[in-house]
Amino acid sequence: MQLWLIPLLPLAGFTVNGLFGRRFSKGVVNAVAVGSVVLSFAWVLKTLIALGVLNTAYSEHYFTWIQSDAFSVGCDMSVDRLTAIMLLIVTGIGSLIHIYSIGYMAHEGGYYRFFAYMNLFMFFMLVLVLASNYLLLFVGWEGVGLCSYLLIGFYFDKKFATDAGNKAFIVNRIGDFGFSLAMFYMVRQFGTLDFGTVFSKAPAAPESALTIIGLLLLLGAAGKSAQIPLYVWLPDAMAGPTPVSALIHAATMVTAGVYMTARSFAIYTHAPVAMEAIAVIGIATAFFAATIGMAQNDIKKVFAYSTVSQLGYMFLGVGVGACSAGIYHLMTHAFFKALLFLGSGSVIHALSGEQDMRQMGGLRGKIPWTCWTMFCASLAISGFPFTSGFLSKDAILLAANHHAPWMYWVGTITAGMTAFYVFRAFFMTFFGDYRGREHHPHESPRVMLVPLVILAVLSLAGGYLFKIPEFLGTIFPTLEMPEDFGLMAIASGAGLLGILLAYVMYVARPGIPDAIASSLRGLYTLVYNKYFVDEIYDAAVVKPVVGGSRLLLWKGMDAGIIDGMVNGVGARAKSIGGALRLLQSGNARSYATWVAFGGVLVIVALGVAEGVTR
Amino acid sequence: MTQVPASWFLTLSAVLFVLGVAGFIFRRSIITMFMSIELMLNAVNLSFVTFSYQLKQVDGHLFVFFVMVVAAAEAAVGLAIILTVFKNRATLNIDEINSMKN
Amino acid sequence: MDVILFLVFAIIAVLAAINVVVQTHPIASAVSLIGVMGSLAVLYLLLGAEFIAAAQVIVYAGAVMVLFVFVIMLLNAGAEVRKGRSFMASLLGAPVLIALLALLAWFVERIYPESVGVHFGGFTGGGPDAIGRALFTTYLLPFEITSILVLIAILGAVVLARKEID
Repeated sequence: MQLWLIPLLPLAGFTVNGLFGRRFSKGVVNAVAVGSVVLSFAWVLKTLIALGVLNTAYSEHYFTWIQSDAFSVGCDMSVDRLTAIMLLIVTGIGSLIHIYSIGYMAHEGGYYRFFAYMNLFMFFMLVLVLASNYLLLFVGWEGVGLCSYLLIGFYFDKKFATDAGNKAFIVNRIGDFGFSLAMFYMVRQFGTLDFGTVFSKAPAAPESALTIIGLLLLLGAAGKSAQIPLYVWLPDAMAGPTPVSALIHAATMVTAGVYMTARSFAIYTHAPVAMEAIAVIGIATAFFAATIGMAQNDIKKVFAYSTVSQLGYMFLGVGVGACSAGIYHLMTHAFFKALLFLGSGSVIHALSGEQDMRQMGGLRGKIPWTCWTMFCASLAISGFPFTSGFLSKDAILLAANHHAPWMYWVGTITAGMTAFYVFRAFFMTFFGDYRGREHHPHESPRVMLVPLVILAVLSLAGGYLFKIPEFLGTIFPTLEMPEDFGLMAIASGAGLLGILLAYVMYVARPGIPDAIASSLRGLYTLVYNKYFVDEIYDAAVVKPVVGGSRLLLWKGMDAGIIDGMVNGVGARAKSIGGALRLLQSGNARSYATWVAFGGVLVIVALGVAEGVTR
Repeated sequence: MTQVPASWFLTLSAVLFVLGVAGFIFRRSIITMFMSIELMLNAVNLSFVTFSYQLKQVDGHLFVFFVMVVAAAEAAVGLAIILTVFKNRATLNIDEINSMKN
Repeated sequence: MDVILFLVFAIIAVLAAINVVVQTHPIASAVSLIGVMGSLAVLYLLLGAEFIAAAQVIVYAGAVMVLFVFVIMLLNAGAEVRKGRSFMASLLGAPVLIALLALLAWFVERIYPESVGVHFGGFTGGGPDAIGRALFTTYLLPFEITSILVLIAILGAVVLARKEID
């Protein structure tokens, strides 16, 4: 079935564009980059059609990567229903975003570099999804982290961009550390990292071991998928180009954590403490990020916090045992969040770079296609009845209620806040009077609009076209829950309330937001400054680590001990030489004295030796 | 007693040798130091001959022969060097010929 | 008889050696050294080393010391001036020498307590024929090498001591 072609086509695109892209014309770069991803998508379709129903996983083994006594890791790829969904999302939405980027990046420098990095990202993401053991998954995991760093810092001449790239990579590293520890523990416990073997041995393992593994994996997922406490890199990652935000930080990379957690479901089922931790962190993150999102003025930051919040929903789904619901939301979120980002990119492109919503307004007449596609996405994310977002979010909330009712209520409030901030952004951007300086906001070219339209259709109808929970029923046990229309109504009502509130505050009576802000000055400042979390981290963690590192490790160990040892050898030789130099007095008589003295010593030594032996 | 114990010869040789070393260490004139070297060589010659007598072999004499040859050659070259040094430095005081200091 | 001979010439040798070291003027030291060599020649005769005794007088005392005297007179070396000092020599010199003498004497006594008695005629293998035979058979290689050595010494002395050609 040649599964390896799926990731390798984008890798080929990366190689060609990376090595020769500088000399290619834009057309050739486009053809190589976009062509490789589209071909990959076509191959995915072909493979899935050929595989048919996929009741069992289909795997291919390529070569043995590590062989050490009883421990071996192979380069294996496998496809089951979960993988199939991920493959379609990654390659499908990836293709759309690549097409979009042709238009968005048309006037930017480093054109071929951008597409090369995007292709590299696709390669790693596909390796991550296709892997059938934890180590190969980790290869993809690290690789997407690297590409995220490269793409966030794409405008490398801007310090805030490179800082953001550093931050993303470093915070991810903390998560990766947890992942690595989990893998070590897994090898110790199960002796292998292969999915099939680990999951079949999991039920027999002691719960404490599984809990530790689960919590460590959660740490890794929290880093990659921007959950509390490691979410701080995602808002800063908006420094990268908007297609990057759409692809990596909305649809694919950040969902890797959810995917990995869902894949490890067999471990988590037998470690309830860890699963509870997932749910709690998920709901807490969802609520927390939503509150911050309500006060942001940069359009991309709003959606960034929204991503963090929606990822929290996905984790909540996995944590309460409704893995299919979590993956379902992953899919619908990919549709509407990618659309929201691409749409905001279209707005930014129309305004020649303006991102502050306070400088926007009244754009719906000028960029209608962008406006109404974003409207579809906003409806979906708000859980407006009968959009795909509604279906997936409801599935999660119902499962949460089944697990612990308080989670349902917090989730519903968060849904209301989600609707509020998304429509706040929508109204601020497209309604009212134009507050900006750009005189001719122009609609984006067709190459950017077509993906928007496709995604809009998917946002509205995708939930019906792809009924994930039933599809994944072979992998994840479905929770038996009655369809509780009351709860569904309350959740939808919360969403509608949010939309209404946004309309009132930003369209009907535009003076209200400022009034609220000034009356709740303290709370507003707190929320606007993201609860000063970054500052707290900086003071509590970053500064002590850097300072301690500088003092202890750099000055103390590196310069002091290691350099000291090396230099000390030199200094020691110098001082010994200095002492011995005094012997070189140039005075022949002292030399003769020394010779005689040495001769006496030798004679004594010989005599002693002889006396000993005799 | 009509025979001289050979150990007396050896003791004499040791005394002469030590006197030679003393001359070398304590004298400042180069020529005198050179003569002390010759004194040392002579002392060693004496002990070689003594051992040759003791072992009733002629090889000791051969050693002395070669020592003498080498001492002669050394004296020739060494005195030539002293001449050159005197030409350059105008002094025969060893303590003043210390350009190898430090 | 032999004992008296030995004692007399030994004492002469030692006194002359002390004189070599003690005298300030090089000429006096050189003459004393000739005296040492002469005494040693007699002692060699006592030890049956006739050839060596003759060589000592002819080569050593007659050629090498003459060379020394020539150079002393060429350089017009005067009495030694006590300029300059050597810290090491003054510090370690005497103790080292005493230690050296004591050690050597002690070793001699220890190794050769019952040594052979020396008298005239005790060793007859020291004549020219014995030396010649050994020289040209067993010690042929050192002989040839020392010949070259002497040649090099001649060349070296000539090169070093000649006047600079302006």
